[in-house]
Amino acid sequence: MSDVRDDAPSYVSKDSDVQKSEAQQGEGTVWGRTISIMRPRDELYAFWRDFRNLPAFMENIVAIEPVDTGRSRWTVKGPNGDYQWTSVITEDRPGEALAWASDDGDVKNSGRIEFRDGPPGHGTYVRAILAYDPPAGFIGKAIAKLTQKEPQISATRDLRRFKQLMETGEIATTTPPNREPHS
Amino acid sequence: MRALTWHGKHDVRMETVPDPEILNPRDAIIKITSTAICGSDLHLYDAYIPTLEKGDILGHEFMGEVVDVGPKSTLKKGQRVVVPFTISCGSCFHCSKQQFSACENGNPAENQDLGQTLYGEPMSGLFGYTHLTGGYPGGQAEYVRVPFSDVGPIVIPDGMPDDDVLFLSDILPTGWMAAENAQIEPGDTVAIWGCGPVGLFAVQSAFKMGAHRVIAIDHFPHRLALAKRFGAETINYEETDTYEALMEMTGSIGPDAVIDAVGLEAHGFFADNVVDQIKASTFLGTDRPHALRQAIVACRKGGRVSIPGVYGGFVDKFPAGAMMEKGLQIRTGQTHVQKYLPQLLEMIGNGELDTTFLISHRLPLEQAVEGYKMFKNEQDTCTKVVLKPGLELA
Ligand SMILES: [Zn+2]
Ligand SMILES: [Zn+2]
Repeated sequence: MSDVRDDAPSYVSKDSDVQKSEAQQGEGTVWGRTISIMRPRDELYAFWRDFRNLPAFMENIVAIEPVDTGRSRWTVKGPNGDYQWTSVITEDRPGEALAWASDDGDVKNSGRIEFRDGPPGHGTYVRAILAYDPPAGFIGKAIAKLTQKEPQISATRDLRRFKQLMETGEIATTTPPNREPHS
Repeated sequence: MRALTWHGKHDVRMETVPDPEILNPRDAIIKITSTAICGSDLHLYDAYIPTLEKGDILGHEFMGEVVDVGPKSTLKKGQRVVVPFTISCGSCFHCSKQQFSACENGNPAENQDLGQTLYGEPMSGLFGYTHLTGGYPGGQAEYVRVPFSDVGPIVIPDGMPDDDVLFLSDILPTGWMAAENAQIEPGDTVAIWGCGPVGLFAVQSAFKMGAHRVIAIDHFPHRLALAKRFGAETINYEETDTYEALMEMTGSIGPDAVIDAVGLEAHGFFADNVVDQIKASTFLGTDRPHALRQAIVACRKGGRVSIPGVYGGFVDKFPAGAMMEKGLQIRTGQTHVQKYLPQLLEMIGNGELDTTFLISHRLPLEQAVEGYKMFKNEQDTCTKVVLKPGLELA
């Protein structure tokens, strides 16, 4: 094997050690995805920087409340009820990147979002990386799988909804708010 | 309201369902005045397409009157509009390139996973189709909710009858784009497989774009007669060897461009339930691409292949060798309806395109169930069924 890595992000590596290299706290699972959004990077960064905006497009997040500078309290729907933790901002580069990590609570997790200019006419490349230990270990993960709430599935959908909200001002839906979702 | 709902194979019903509501700022609610049954509705009727759910409202070809608008809609109550079957946001990368049917934002995020698995990219949103394409309630109903109503619908001038403009919703722009994808040059001979609505509009469009000859291929005599009416020469593939005929009619060179307006026919969009197949890791069933295979083999060297016909799965014995060795160019895709509407509306208004010839039956919406049966069983003469809420039968 060559010492020189290719240019693909580490989380798509076939080598599980490389795959986990961006886990800020040694979490067991790392997931990442890049999506292009036709808005300027400063605007996308600013929206994300105010964590109170995130529940609008994140399906499993009940609330994110600021505690003090750099710290916020997250409440998330999980397979076995709500989970809570406090997150600390670990990196903040305006217009470029933002990273956070849990410092207490039920679920050890961290995340990072990066904003880069795509090629001309291709908008901003937004890359999200999440690292986590599955809630309640193996059983929690099995339940999550059964209910289709595998974290990476909902994270992918969250990123798509973020794109929809930023590009169109709304989130595509067919479900009236007072009715159960169709699928 | 009353609506045509799907319940299973050959089981569609007229039911009373809740009225649609404005859900997003750019929405509008349209009171349907005319809606058509499409060949691709028959794929749903025959239950060849997965991810439909009991109670889904069908219909993606419709028009009507604006009766309610969200705060960001640009429509006004009382306007008459035709609505594209493709739901497009107008501001994503693909919409900015006028590739409206590839819009990334019309399909709710939770419906995008399966398309991503099947095709490598999520499918875009469509009205009245499967949950792969969003699960949006369709327009074979009294009312419909139209998202991104500031981008999709085209306002129809007073005095233009519904029947003239209804087909702007799908089949007219689809036939037009099929001809455009054939990149027609003066003097060209264009061969078109399938004289259904899309094929017949492709015949008219090909001549408009400068084709010297159009050769239309089908086996329904009435449909071939319609193609002839627009100046096409015809081949009845049940009576004639199509490949031999095309070679003889083109001096053994082959047609300069070929259009497959047949697609998957009614045979096996997905052979079985897709979800089961994914679970079994055997992936999709095989489309029966007879027309496509024949079109590629018949096309002249350096010629062009246009595929408006719908395929959903994999193709066996795809003639990759003929494609490469003859240097063919292939263009395909769902129709970028919004791109073509202003131009086509103007051409209808000028009498340059004939649309009403296609309508063989006009029925009240309440008789939609009979309409499906008729369209399914009398394909030669039943060329298009248009449903009109409140229509009194003569
Ligand atoms: Zn159609
Ligand atoms: Zn779009």
